Amino acid sequence: MKVALFVTCLVDLVVPEVGVAAARVLQRAGHEVVFPEGQTCCGQPAFNSGYREEAAKVLRTTARALADANADAIVAPAGSCTTMLRTFAGGLAGEVPHVWELSEFLSAHGELPEGRLDVRVAYHDSCHMLRELGLSSEPRALLERAGAELVDWDAERCCGFGGTFAVRQPELSVAMADEKLRSLDGAQVLCGADPSCLMHLRGRLRKLGSDVRVAHLAELLEEATR
Amino acid sequence: MTLRERERAALSGDGQLQVALRRSTDAMSSRWAATRAELADPDGLREAARSLRSAAIARLPELLAQLADRVQATGAHVFFAADAEEATSYIAGVADGKKLAVKSKSMVTEEIGLNAALAAVGVEAVETDLGEWVQQLDGEPPAHILGPAMHKTRADWVRVLAREGYEGGDDPDAMTAFARRTLRRKFLEADLGITGVNLAIAETGTVMMVTNEGNGRLTAGTPPVHVAVMGMERVVASWAEADLLLALLSRAGAGVSIGTYVNFITGPRTGCEMHLVIVDNGRSNILGSPSQEALNCIRCGACLNVCPVYRQIGGHAYGDVYSGPIGAVIVPLLREGDPELSHASSLCGACWKACPVAIPLHELLLQGRADHAGSERAIWRAWAAAWSSPRAFALSGAPARMRPPQMLVPPPFREWARGRELPHREGATFRSRWARGEVLE
Repeated sequence: MKVALFVTCLVDLVVPEVGVAAARVLQRAGHEVVFPEGQTCCGQPAFNSGYREEAAKVLRTTARALADANADAIVAPAGSCTTMLRTFAGGLAGEVPHVWELSEFLSAHGELPEGRLDVRVAYHDSCHMLRELGLSSEPRALLERAGAELVDWDAERCCGFGGTFAVRQPELSVAMADEKLRSLDGAQVLCGADPSCLMHLRGRLRKLGSDVRVAHLAELLEEATR
Repeated sequence: MTLRERERAALSGDGQLQVALRRSTDAMSSRWAATRAELADPDGLREAARSLRSAAIARLPELLAQLADRVQATGAHVFFAADAEEATSYIAGVADGKKLAVKSKSMVTEEIGLNAALAAVGVEAVETDLGEWVQQLDGEPPAHILGPAMHKTRADWVRVLAREGYEGGDDPDAMTAFARRTLRRKFLEADLGITGVNLAIAETGTVMMVTNEGNGRLTAGTPPVHVAVMGMERVVASWAEADLLLALLSRAGAGVSIGTYVNFITGPRTGCEMHLVIVDNGRSNILGSPSQEALNCIRCGACLNVCPVYRQIGGHAYGDVYSGPIGAVIVPLLREGDPELSHASSLCGACWKACPVAIPLHELLLQGRADHAGSERAIWRAWAAAWSSPRAFALSGAPARMRPPQMLVPPPFREWARGRELPHREGATFRSRWARGEVLE
């Protein structure tokens, strides 16, 4: 299938390696990948702050660029931005194209070779992905197929990122991260499918002096299928 | 204090608050999960409850008129209070000349400040819900809709009860027995009993009240005068509707298949007096607004128990009698309360999934933020102008490459850097790599 990659603002500007991994994984699953360069952001920072017109303006820019790519599917390596386009965009900017979350798409289309990662992974269920998109078995199945051993932890508790919440109320945001990270025992990698949660959790772990690796699902899948 | 200052205060203690919150909320939410699993189709029931609540709120004036008619037909008095002042004056009028009122736990009487109004006319009000009584003795408002003292440890309870003469240890049974002895005298001496109302059934003019301790029954049924106080949204059309909501309220609130003491009160006892006070106090502001569904709430407290924010800061940090996700939604709507409250959420949606009437609380929190947007307009407008241009967007990524010294970090990032390392991009942006053909194999 021809897949348009919606990398999201955070991946584009801060963690491009996640976008590179996502593109390569999609390619290895048998898809043709394109990157519509007119995309920017889903508008969520302004939307979550209560500024809907401003959010709509940015959202429309991205939605138009994605639609104009005329791909068979649009895929994003971020559950939260996928939710923004799928669930919240309708009331904001009218018709927007359907966006797939990466693990959701990989589970439904194409096939990745099995991998031999052989690492113990704690998978973090990001809130939008779990509760709005209902995706929880899909990323886990992909990780297991990649050879990861999933460890039991407080997977479904909110990590405390919450968009601008993380900078409006940093003390609370950090306390929430600590509560979640308290159960992170025995994992070599903390993995998730939302770059924003991972940025927050990585930042906290480094501050605490932990060297547990924090990796996006796309990165682990990319390593497993080299 | 601002919301953030209150949060900081809650977080900077010795950690006992969080220990108590974790223990209590985990116990309550796991009981709801267990009793929910007993139901054949819990989500179907939640949706049914959601639509019956929405339908009741949509015809609220009609149902309230019917309720008032039926209640008056039983010989009880009905009073519609537009605000807290009207409600408390009316009840103070009923209580005038009396000495002692017993109360069973009621959030709406907390909301209208009833105890202070009664004290002003020389009537002592004694709370009879165990947790609420401990809160009253400690001079604190309730910190949770259902478990008002759930943030207190056993040691706190011993300290507070000692003021009433308790000399035992921290054994819950001993403390409960002491409370029972003390409060039993109050029930017998009281001149009036004041209760809340869980639901009011319009078709028969019946007040439904659920308690776990039986204190509601003693409050309504012992003194010669019973005053029932309800928020005006708590009306349902029929017993069938009340039945479904009772099943969900009991499970979501107390984690039991039916509340321990469920009372249906239709009219005054023979020779006694009954008043039903129906309180608006800002609820009309919510009616017809995009947040109308907030009025569907049956005050079970389930959203507090699963909230990762409530779990860290507890009820008092919200600065109102209503706390947790539902408090953060309704307080700014009910009165010109702290609009900042709608930011006391990471929007994780756990509240929505736990709500027995499926209120999309996270979406209402977003609505609350939109309702009060304004002070940051210029910033977001500039942001939108830049990020609706791919070229300007690409340029805005430049700082992610830098490692500026702490003092030169701009404000939002400085807040980030409290407790977290700043992210740092390695190499070029994704779009530059794509343009250079470095992405695909």
